Amino acid sequence: MIEDLILKLKKEIINELNLENITPEDMDAEAPLFRKGLGLDSIDALELVVLLEENYGIKINASKEGPKIFYSIKTIAEYILNHQKKINQCSERSS
Amino acid sequence: MEIYENFNILPSRMELLITRYIQLQDHRVLLNGIVEYVSEVGSVGKFNRSVYRHYNIDYPKFFKMDNLSKLGFLSAEILLQGTDILKKYLGEEIAIILENASSSLESDEKHQESIRDRNKYFPSPSVFVYTLPNIMASEIAIRHKVKGENTVFIFEQFEPEFIDHYVSDLFRNQRVNCCLSGWIECYGDHYQSFLFIIEQEDKIKRFKGLQECVILNTLNVEKLFKGKSI
Repeated sequence: MIEDLILKLKKEIINELNLENITPEDMDAEAPLFRKGLGLDSIDALELVVLLEENYGIKINASKEGPKIFYSIKTIAEYILNHQKKINQCSERSS
Repeated sequence: MEIYENFNILPSRMELLITRYIQLQDHRVLLNGIVEYVSEVGSVGKFNRSVYRHYNIDYPKFFKMDNLSKLGFLSAEILLQGTDILKKYLGEEIAIILENASSSLESDEKHQESIRDRNKYFPSPSVFVYTLPNIMASEIAIRHKVKGENTVFIFEQFEPEFIDHYVSDLFRNQRVNCCLSGWIECYGDHYQSFLFIIEQEDKIKRFKGLQECVILNTLNVEKLFKGKSI
């Protein structure tokens, strides 16, 4: 399941951040997104915050949680899955 | 039009000279009035990408820019290629003075669209950063490490007289020894870029293309803008 989410995230990141000449296959899911790896910048970081909110309904505090969550595509995928798990547990309890 | 044919007829008075100019319009790139590249007919986005690839430019940030900045960036990139401008002058000695009519309206509208609906309020940071025409000038400045004055003035149409007076004043009163100036307009399907390098006569005496230099004055700038031959 995480592999599917990683592939989806790769496609969304390529599209949202206008990464020309990069395919999902070129992207190492465990490589750092900033400085090394894709070499993203601070505007890209904000764009990722918007992407999580718009596509996954997740609001995060970029300055506090950002560095950990946005370390790599894999850490983003893990965060999304954990977040969805928590929501499912909450809704099960309330029902 | 006053043109220097060779060294021997240089005027005794110090002049400002247009040493090189570029035009990107109608799917074409013209350098000093000569067609250098013709792309397939298409949108400005398609044209910008095609020019970027044709000139083998390697600057990944290009793809994150809006169309206006891309057009300005490409104009400066090709204009400066093969010149010694960036070696000859310090970044602080070079100014960027531009004009356009639509400001950054295309990005402004895109941003406005993303915040119009309170229930779908997802403004994009990468769109928002381009909601000022000065960003185009700044992209050029960042790329070439230009640190002199950079300003974009908004006019309904190209104002060569303003450029003539403003740039001349910059050279007279400030520590500017070179200026990139012109008109970079982009909105919807319409795009037009006319960018030129201005230098002082005494700084270009060893410049090989001196015979192609044009004295900076309102009439000459207007003629070049309209594509009239030198």
